[in-house]
Amino acid sequence: MYNKKVIEHFTKPKFFGKIKNPDIVGHAGNPRCGDLLTLYLKIDKKTRKIKNIKFETLGCAAAIAASDMVCQLAIGKTLEEAAKISFLNVSDELGVLPPLKIHCAQLVTEALRDAINKYLPQ
Amino acid sequence: MKNKKKIYFDNAATTALDKDILKKMMPYLKDKYGNPSSLHKFGRETSEALDIAHEQVARFLNCKETEVVFTGSASESDNLAIRGLIKSLRRAKRIGEKCNIIISQIEHKAVLETCKDLEKENVKVTYLPVGSDGVVHIDDLEAEINPETDLVSVMYANNETGAVQPIKKIGHLIAKINKNKEHRIYFHTDAAQAANWLDCDVNELGVDLLTLSGHKIYGPKGVGVLYIRDGIPIAPLTTGGDQEWKLRAGTENVAAIVGMGEAISKIASHRPQTARIRSLKDKLIADVLIKVEDSKLNCPKNPENNLPNIANFSFRGVEGEALVLALDQEGIAVSTGSACTSLALLPSHVLIAMGLTEPEAHSSLRVSIGINTTEEEINYFSKILPKTVERLRKISGR
Repeated sequence: MYNKKVIEHFTKPKFFGKIKNPDIVGHAGNPRCGDLLTLYLKIDKKTRKIKNIKFETLGCAAAIAASDMVCQLAIGKTLEEAAKISFLNVSDELGVLPPLKIHCAQLVTEALRDAINKYLPQ
Repeated sequence: MKNKKKIYFDNAATTALDKDILKKMMPYLKDKYGNPSSLHKFGRETSEALDIAHEQVARFLNCKETEVVFTGSASESDNLAIRGLIKSLRRAKRIGEKCNIIISQIEHKAVLETCKDLEKENVKVTYLPVGSDGVVHIDDLEAEINPETDLVSVMYANNETGAVQPIKKIGHLIAKINKNKEHRIYFHTDAAQAANWLDCDVNELGVDLLTLSGHKIYGPKGVGVLYIRDGIPIAPLTTGGDQEWKLRAGTENVAAIVGMGEAISKIASHRPQTARIRSLKDKLIADVLIKVEDSKLNCPKNPENNLPNIANFSFRGVEGEALVLALDQEGIAVSTGSACTSLALLPSHVLIAMGLTEPEAHSSLRVSIGINTTEEEINYFSKILPKTVERLRKISGR
């Protein structure tokens, strides 16, 4: 059902965990559907680049792999660039998710956008 | 880091085909290819094999050979029982008169979806609740039975939790009601999961219709049985030739039927293992509940109310599909009632009926051991599971 790349990101995710004192936090999902995810971001104030990003995901293998992938795609980008990351980018980078699991990619980009929308210029 | 271990704890999904059974099937996949309906020697040797298989099943169920119908699966048997009965009863009913079925909320999809489908065709279906132990209460059934009830279908043992249903008591209740009633209630049970472990004497149970599966009892896939008590009106769903007492047209799957008959007659030989299997399961449950914090057992605690081989757990902060895949990487095969494995993205209807919250159902894990399970395998599982749950909890942060 899952390709090697999805399994790899599920088995050895690089970006999982919390960030202490994050600048912004994004949420998506709900406990009813089984997926709950939180993104923690550190932002460079001058460049508006994402310095660090981590995730915590309660969800299936696809949700965990997609969380890891969205972090990998977002790190180093400016908030404006990161806001453009679409669920298709996440899915493509994972070598296409099974059709039933596309919503996992949607969920992670939703969480990223939720975080970005909360960032207030200081 | 490929793991060489291969531990199969998913015997409720399917069982390994017994080697001796395969051996008995082989001639019918090779040299004995005659059509059982043919009059010549080729046909006779396969029709004789079918006769033996009917006898084997009849002995197991304590019924007549003519009451045994081989089908293509337990799902097909459930369909033949329910749809076949309704089809036949309808022909005798007045126009506009409804058929009435009572089933439990925890039936296998083969029964549940069949009944839901029949609801679209003017059949009234009542869904019996279960307690938090996953068992139907006989009082609830008694309260739902009314003069119009045509069919009651309650599974013998649940495939997700192993919860054993009070089939004998239901059989008694229905027999008592039928005595004082012109309009008869028919009683069906799906015994696919129970057959390995529990008495399936149809007269003891008081059932009119009973479903069996080949591949849950170390036999082949692609074959099931429906027991139909003499005189129960079942209309065939597949019409054509005279096979299976004219109830299931189509040239018989001789090899699979031979395998099913052998599997049924072998059940008696592994029944003495029941106590060993149960003690392995009890050990597994004790290990898991001690070693994994925030774990919960989703099956009846009383041994009389559960199968010796199925345990069902929920682990807070872990999603079931992820846990199944992570354990698979450690060489352990189990399953889950999480929504992430279903097309509808809905969690197990069985666990929800028992009153579990959605997050609990999403985090469920079913472990079903079998006659080949060893203590060493249980120990390995008990060693790997806590680490795996811990790792996934770190990822979920919960």
